[in-house]
Amino acid sequence: MKGRIHSIETCGAVDGPGLRYIVFTQGCPLRCQYCHNPDTWKATDGNETTTEELIEDIVKYKSFMNASNGGVTVSGGEPFLQPEFLKDLLMKCKENGLHTAVDSSGYVNLNIADPILDYTDLVLLDIKSYNKDVFKSLTGVELDRTIAFAKHLEQRGIPIWLRYVFVPNLTDNHEDIEHLAQFLSTLTNLQRIDILPFHKMGEYKWEQLGYDYKLADTKEPTVDETNAAADIFRKYNLPIIG
Amino acid sequence: MFEQWNGFKAGIWSKEVNTRDFIQKNYTPYDGDESFLVGPTDATTKLWAQVRELMDEELKNGILDAETKVPSTLTSHDAGYLNKDLETIVGLQSDKPLKRNIMPNGGIRTVELALNSYGYQLDPQTKEIFTKYHKTHNTAVFQAYTKEMRACRHSHIITGLPDAYGRGRIVGDYRRVALYGIDFLIEEKNKDKEQLDVTPMTEEVVRKREEIAEQIIALGDLKKMAAKYGFDISKPAADIKEAIQWLYFGYLGAVKQQDGAAMSIGRNTTFLDIYAERDIKAGKYTEEQIQEFIDHFVMKLRMVRFLRIPEYNELFSGDPAWVSEAIGGLGIDGRHMVTKTSYRVLHTLSNLGPSPEPNLTILWSPRLPENFKKFCADTSIKTSSIQYENDDLMRYHYGDDYTIACCVSAMKVGKEMQFFGARANLAKTLLYAINGGRDEMTGEQVGPKYQPITSEYLDFDEVMEKFNNMMDWLARVYVDTLNVIHFMHDKYHYESLEMALHDTDVERTFATGIAGFSVVVDSLSAIKYAKVKAIRDESGLVTDYEIEGEYPAYGNNDDRVDQLGVDLVQNFMNKIRKHHTYRDSIPTTSILTITSNVVYGKKTGNTPDGRKAGQPLAPGANPMHGRDVKGAVAALSSVAKLPFRDSLDGISNTFSIIPSALGKTEEERISNLCGLLDGYFVQAPHHVNVNVMQRETLLDAMDHPEKYPQLTIRVSGYAVRFIRLTREQQLDVINRTFHEHF
Repeated sequence: MKGRIHSIETCGAVDGPGLRYIVFTQGCPLRCQYCHNPDTWKATDGNETTTEELIEDIVKYKSFMNASNGGVTVSGGEPFLQPEFLKDLLMKCKENGLHTAVDSSGYVNLNIADPILDYTDLVLLDIKSYNKDVFKSLTGVELDRTIAFAKHLEQRGIPIWLRYVFVPNLTDNHEDIEHLAQFLSTLTNLQRIDILPFHKMGEYKWEQLGYDYKLADTKEPTVDETNAAADIFRKYNLPIIG
Repeated sequence: MFEQWNGFKAGIWSKEVNTRDFIQKNYTPYDGDESFLVGPTDATTKLWAQVRELMDEELKNGILDAETKVPSTLTSHDAGYLNKDLETIVGLQSDKPLKRNIMPNGGIRTVELALNSYGYQLDPQTKEIFTKYHKTHNTAVFQAYTKEMRACRHSHIITGLPDAYGRGRIVGDYRRVALYGIDFLIEEKNKDKEQLDVTPMTEEVVRKREEIAEQIIALGDLKKMAAKYGFDISKPAADIKEAIQWLYFGYLGAVKQQDGAAMSIGRNTTFLDIYAERDIKAGKYTEEQIQEFIDHFVMKLRMVRFLRIPEYNELFSGDPAWVSEAIGGLGIDGRHMVTKTSYRVLHTLSNLGPSPEPNLTILWSPRLPENFKKFCADTSIKTSSIQYENDDLMRYHYGDDYTIACCVSAMKVGKEMQFFGARANLAKTLLYAINGGRDEMTGEQVGPKYQPITSEYLDFDEVMEKFNNMMDWLARVYVDTLNVIHFMHDKYHYESLEMALHDTDVERTFATGIAGFSVVVDSLSAIKYAKVKAIRDESGLVTDYEIEGEYPAYGNNDDRVDQLGVDLVQNFMNKIRKHHTYRDSIPTTSILTITSNVVYGKKTGNTPDGRKAGQPLAPGANPMHGRDVKGAVAALSSVAKLPFRDSLDGISNTFSIIPSALGKTEEERISNLCGLLDGYFVQAPHHVNVNVMQRETLLDAMDHPEKYPQLTIRVSGYAVRFIRLTREQQLDVINRTFHEHF
């Protein structure tokens, strides 16, 4: 089964439990202002590969995954943009007894996503903002799908690790965070929350690609600012990390 | 039976010298965690502050003080102290801390050059003695060198040869001093000498008899040396404090007598723990006291110094002594050998702060106790001061009482020594193959005048054939050069004390080495899988290469290229095996460059992999930086394919990662690092250095060294204080791949 990928990282230690083989797929429907991998946006970029080639490579790293309770994470881009490819890849991972995770924005069609979830052990879900307007201006798309996806995962009993990118002047509004926390506390499948403080390590890519980087003047948040946001999640007894 | 042995379980060891048997019969494996450890005592903190001050002072001029007249022997200098009232373990190389000794048996010119470079003058009488009346190793070697050997040395196709300094890489079984006391050891050596009253009196027998006589003198001198400090070491050590002191005296004698390239101390924690356990049970010493002894002992090991010439420092940067101490591992009976004292020694990195010395080496197996693995990972993350080697692999070859000499080389303690042979630059050899033996930098004919390659594009098969021929030639000159060196070293610079602490019938290895490994592998891959065009100067010399297309690079777990690496090691080793080696030693090789990859790179022209002339080679078996694009685990897996059985002297690999790429929380980072090491070592690689630090920290340390006096970083097979590296080497470390996926 053919698909397009951006790159491979064999030593992923922050995208799911343990050490993980990470496949970065090519193509994303979102255009997040703070994206640090804008080179994964265009669906026609990257390299064509097959699930057969990938799994052959992946199993070489079983000793690392077994030793660390790790597995395979498909990230992006947006993995669900290539549903057949994703499903086939995850299926092959499960056949080999590997733990699977998908890193997604949740901007997916449930009918398309559902069969794929049969082979998904964990979803790393980005909710960029709980404020519909902020979400729209930040990503270029609507929030509703992401919320529906989170609820659907709950129904199916698939655990979620939530990631929240904390960007000054963009996603730092405490009221919005409070609303997100309230929503999250209704979910029974939320296992963990990571707050990712905004950084500019991807800025050079925007320049290389000729895109207009709107956050050039945005500062990286202070530790205190990030902690204050984390405290909101803590107030709701949510499983926040760090 | 000695009364000092009360409470120990007897065995073969109580009748003859057999430290391993003593350990196996008496040690207590420890499965618990680190919670029993204690912090430094006031005395420790005070002493360490004093040492730190001296080291800061030393950094200003490169050295603190030097002897200019009296050559160093076991008894040449008076006792020296930091602070007699506070030190629980005593003994310095000279009469003052950090003062550097001279050892002119290696070469008087080296001594003079080294002294001059720091503004000291060699005493004229000493110079006269070692020029007129007493021949040195260096003089003798150059008398015997052939023209070809000199040419190879000059063009740096073979470099770092121990022909003007001590060869090192010999680890005495210093534990024997503690376990048996000197008198017993002398008795045993006398018996061995008696055994050699044989006919015919061959050259080998005469030599052995002379060597044993020298060994016995050295043991006697060791007693005198200890007496200067008020200790009688003729009998065994009676408790943990004495055991550490006796053992350290053994080592101290060795570093007074020899300035070997690497003066490793052995595998001592399990041994010492037996004494610690006995004393704790008897209520003789407390945990605080025992940790204090260990801290003071390790402090002394951090103070070992040798006088080196500037060129030596360029090769092996950061003033290393390679006081390697091997910790952990499993016994052949399946019990792990981790003890409380393994923890105590690692804990010195907290009590005294991070440090490159002693070169703490964990003999790793996935079967080590989980608590200990976590403690090691945690220590690595906090200090970047330890390295890991594959115990499952080495135990198969060396049993369970081997140690690490120098950076990564395994040897059986007290039973095996090696003839250290530095390394041959295979990247340069490949260029010689292309250029028919002419040096690519100078145009001089150094190698044999074979047909050069004349085609515009390099053909893989043609290059391989010529490369093979050139390696045949190199292997012969290289082995012969080492034969000369070690014959003379035995004759003029014999390590009588270290060898006194070995079995008389010792096994010897002949350790060659490879530099430029990944450059050769990538060059061959480029020639095979892309198109490589040769650019020639007016004399027909190929001086540059153009690559058309892409090639798979070593370090991405891609068999197409990794197999070229595997073949290269086996091929080179087989060529070495064809030659006669001095004293019937067993030939080995290593893929290990220490920091010399920078200097080797300087002396190597443009290479077909796209590397530019003068740029550093990758260190050890590391992939070239920036070419491993699939992440750290793929890079580790490529290195893991290299066959240890064909590179028994070691395959070094350095892995650097930023903390946030290893996990989000401390707990995750520890567990991921353990997983990484377990996952790696089951693939049967040999070694890995682990650095966990920010690139920015290193950049800042370059500009503000005063802020980072103890910043330690692992480089190929050893660790250095970062600020003691040359600027070029600092940049090389920083440019090397830091795995920082985010």
